[in-house]
Amino acid sequence: MAPVQIDAPRAPWPAWLCTASLAMWLVGHPPGQAWAQAPLSATTTAPVTSAAQSEVAAPGNGLGPQAAPLSEEPELDARLLLLSEELRCLVCQNESLASSRAELADDLRREVRDLLRQGKSDQAVKDFLVERYGDFVLYRPEVKPLTWLLWFGPFALLIGALVGLWVYLRQRRQQVDTTPALNDDERARVDQWLKD
Amino acid sequence: MKKFLIPLVLFFGLVVFLAMGLQRDPREIPSPLIDKPAPAFSLPTLDPAAGNFSPADMKGRVWLLNVWATWCVACRQEHPLLVAFATRHEVPIVGMSYKEIQPQDAQAQTMDAPAKLQFARERSQVWLSRYGNPYVLSVMDMEGRVGIQYGVYGVPETYVIDKQGVIRFKAVGEVTPDILTSKVLPLIQKLNAS
Repeated sequence: MAPVQIDAPRAPWPAWLCTASLAMWLVGHPPGQAWAQAPLSATTTAPVTSAAQSEVAAPGNGLGPQAAPLSEEPELDARLLLLSEELRCLVCQNESLASSRAELADDLRREVRDLLRQGKSDQAVKDFLVERYGDFVLYRPEVKPLTWLLWFGPFALLIGALVGLWVYLRQRRQQVDTTPALNDDERARVDQWLKD
Repeated sequence: MKKFLIPLVLFFGLVVFLAMGLQRDPREIPSPLIDKPAPAFSLPTLDPAAGNFSPADMKGRVWLLNVWATWCVACRQEHPLLVAFATRHEVPIVGMSYKEIQPQDAQAQTMDAPAKLQFARERSQVWLSRYGNPYVLSVMDMEGRVGIQYGVYGVPETYVIDKQGVIRFKAVGEVTPDILTSKVLPLIQKLNAS
């Protein structure tokens, strides 16, 4: 038995590899191409596409064979793309499921694709993933008691800070207002200085 | 004096809060499967002569499910601990060989499914005979689909499943002696007693 190739300790794809492969992918897909379609079709419909390619005959105009369509199920792909941009890749945590090339992301896209094929709604697919991986897979977690701090925390901090500022300013104004004016003795001394 | 004390206390509160956040491992995502029934499956096992295994077969027993693969470095690190733990015979450990065939296994890519299973079984057997076999049996999750049912996102992962088939604990990454003694063992004793 050949020695087993071993790389990642815990995740099949370490983060730097995800970043590096994303960078490589970006180099290969400059903006302007149908870049949004590319990763999904490349990774999830590979067998379909290659099968289709062999069936497409050369049109006979001397220009070589016609390119196979990117996808056999454009509608499903569009839904998959939209949905997987809302979902987080668990391995490369700062990438969406749509952009990640990690193996687990591939598997999850396959799972999502199968669920969509079965006619599941987008919400049902999200629920499926949340049941297994938790709210963390959602880039926009649901608003519920557990996520209130996440959703409203920043606003609460802002309001708290504004209230604090208002209280502080009011106290200061009161202090200024209530600072006693000069008493008779002081007024006499000031008058004396002015005269001098 | 009070004027300075309040912001100072607030500041240190914030520091403690953020420091706690820094101590946590962002890879450890709390599993929503805790206290939920272990997802059902039926998979072939490492032993070709034995039939399929399903979690229902373990009803009435406390057991561990350990997700592993021969290509996983951390699995080899935790392996001696599992082997030592298995000799105590407290609870059975069921292995789940997760996606044994990886993209780098060029020779296996063109195989059909039975040949791939054969290939994975052989390599896993070699690995287990070299490093010791803590498992009562090991199921073969070739496609990683059962892994998804269990919310696996990194190998190794270890689940403690109770007599009713409910997941009670999940460790992501290698099980350290510390996790074993502080969390897994007390839980197992509690579950075994109930």
